[in-house]
Amino acid sequence: MENKNKKSFLERMGESQVWKSIIRSGVPRSRRQRMQAILGSVFLHLHPARIPKHAVKIGYTWCMGGLSFFLFIVLTITGILLMFYYRPTVEYAYTDIIDMTEQVPLGIMRELHRWGAHAMVLTVWLHMLRVFMTGSYKPPREFNWGVGVLLMTLTLFLSFTGYLLPWDQLAIWAITVGTNMARAHPFIGHEGPGASLLAIGDINLVHAGSDVRFALLGGRFVGEASLLRFYVLHCIGVPFIVMILMAVHFWRIRKDGGISGPL
Amino acid sequence: MLQTFKDIIDILSAPTVSFTLLTIAFPFVFPPTDWFEKIHRKFGICRLWTKPGFYGGMIAITFFFVVGYFDPNFNITLTKADNFPIILMIYSMFIAIWWSMYQAYQNDDRLENGLKPMEYNDPDDKVLVWPDLVYIEFIALILFMVFLIVWSILVAAPLEEPANPAATPNPSKAPWYFLGLQEMLVYFDPWIAGIIFPIFIIIGMMAIPYMDINKKGDGYYSFKERRIGMFIFMYGWVVLWLFLIVIGTFFRGPNWNFFGPFEYWDAHKVVPLNNVNLSEYIWVKMLGTGMPTNILLREIIGFIVLIGYMGILPIILAKSWLKNYFQEIGPVRYTFLMLFGLSMLSLPIKMYMRWLFNLKYIIAIPEWFFNI
Ligand code: HEM
Repeated sequence: MENKNKKSFLERMGESQVWKSIIRSGVPRSRRQRMQAILGSVFLHLHPARIPKHAVKIGYTWCMGGLSFFLFIVLTITGILLMFYYRPTVEYAYTDIIDMTEQVPLGIMRELHRWGAHAMVLTVWLHMLRVFMTGSYKPPREFNWGVGVLLMTLTLFLSFTGYLLPWDQLAIWAITVGTNMARAHPFIGHEGPGASLLAIGDINLVHAGSDVRFALLGGRFVGEASLLRFYVLHCIGVPFIVMILMAVHFWRIRKDGGISGPL
Repeated sequence: MLQTFKDIIDILSAPTVSFTLLTIAFPFVFPPTDWFEKIHRKFGICRLWTKPGFYGGMIAITFFFVVGYFDPNFNITLTKADNFPIILMIYSMFIAIWWSMYQAYQNDDRLENGLKPMEYNDPDDKVLVWPDLVYIEFIALILFMVFLIVWSILVAAPLEEPANPAATPNPSKAPWYFLGLQEMLVYFDPWIAGIIFPIFIIIGMMAIPYMDINKKGDGYYSFKERRIGMFIFMYGWVVLWLFLIVIGTFFRGPNWNFFGPFEYWDAHKVVPLNNVNLSEYIWVKMLGTGMPTNILLREIIGFIVLIGYMGILPIILAKSWLKNYFQEIGPVRYTFLMLFGLSMLSLPIKMYMRWLFNLKYIIAIPEWFFNI
């Protein structure tokens, strides 16, 4: 017969000095320990310790906000791996992409990154739809909806800047089509309304070499400088802003009283 | 038989036809008023938001794609690796909208019978995040990762020829999520379709919570309590956003000409371009005086139309049809609502003016890059 006092492996592990030093509450068994498991972890305590029943239902949130965040992490990790192999110059970019698929073992990093990016656009849209359908943008969550809209815009922009990096036909022409719009920006695009008003005497301030498209591309057409700019924006610039906004987004979910629900 | 079906689909999917059908059908699918609601119930359109409606929708979408897969022309666009997300989008959006409406109708019934929404539970009756939520998140994450890995193994990321600034592909398309904007370029100049509208979309969406002062329907699925807001948002989202993406992806071929899904993308398809500006209509066709040399005089009618639409129409509405509403939300909210709402509505209006009258620009001042 088993000894009643004999502790299971898990229990003994949970009482060990090492475990307790890492996870302060031991193995979460009791109600108290379970709450502490959440409160005592820097990652898990994004959540409250207790939440209303409907908030854990997949049918309510569809998990889409969480999956968007998860995809952002997946994209960061695969993106870092891709950066090991990829050099953002016209000379190397394309061949590096080929090498990456042909020479690197288990070479699906590029696929994970590309399909993950497409998937993130979809999960963010679905998340937005869910928030709209449950009316969760209503007070007190107006501000967080606004942060969300910015997050969606930046998600699209992230995907857009990444599109150029393989430096193939698909890439430069999609970016050419996209950035051509900037040339028509009112006042600050050289083919936009009002641009000709910004002049000192006969000298136009806004021309093809000084307008907003030039600033975005680092040149008059999609070339070496654009590749570098898009690379920097894609790998550091935009993710940096997205991370800050996500922190605000998550913080505000808690501050606005947790997940929305009927009163 | 199949060929006739394909021909019919080809005809139906022309933007003129499909967009019109969608727009007409829309208020009956998401009824914003009692009158629409009555017809919605009478003709059983409400069945769309029940389980049979779900199966019907899924079968219809799948049937379309299966037929498309075995069609030599549609197959080319359908099986492009980068177009797979759009297939996912069509399915997931249908499922998501169906699910929301399915839940909403159940809640609407409950509320009518004086019950609380399904999501309601006693504030004291909470569950612990560990394990109840953490495990769900964990499982969702694993399943999603499996899905992503399988997708990545099965479908190689596309890589075309090396970039060549001298060889423009025809058509050159933006990434799929921007194809709605690219589609708007058919009807508006880049400064509107590519700059003003995107800015308005972003700011307008951020302004939704401030413009919609209806407190009801917060925190649970519902339709009836917020049907007008729902209708406007869904029209913008489904028709002016998602559907334009579908058009841009599947129905736009070389030179951005329309091609039915089962049609061959003939780069030499000739589409007559005989669009006429409003000022030409007025001065040349109606008055027969020729165009005035003064630019502002030449375009005066266009300016009057624009000011009438964006400036005077809201005032008239505030005094008549929307009187009560105007008093309820106040002048600031009303102004912004009209600014964003009328801008949104200007897209379908411009589309129809193009289709019906070949109207190119309402105000055409190419000298200043100011064409509307
Ligand atoms: C990168 C993009 C985003 C991430 C990672 C993200 C993440 C999350 C997460 C994890 C939640 C918790 C509940 C849930 O999963 O539904 C949430 C809630 C929320 N999100 Fe987002 N979100 C993003 C984009 C957006 C967008 C585009 C919008 C709206 C336009 C939005 C508006 C909101 C609002 C209002 C809530 C509170 C919902 C409630 O209390 O029911 N978010 N978000």
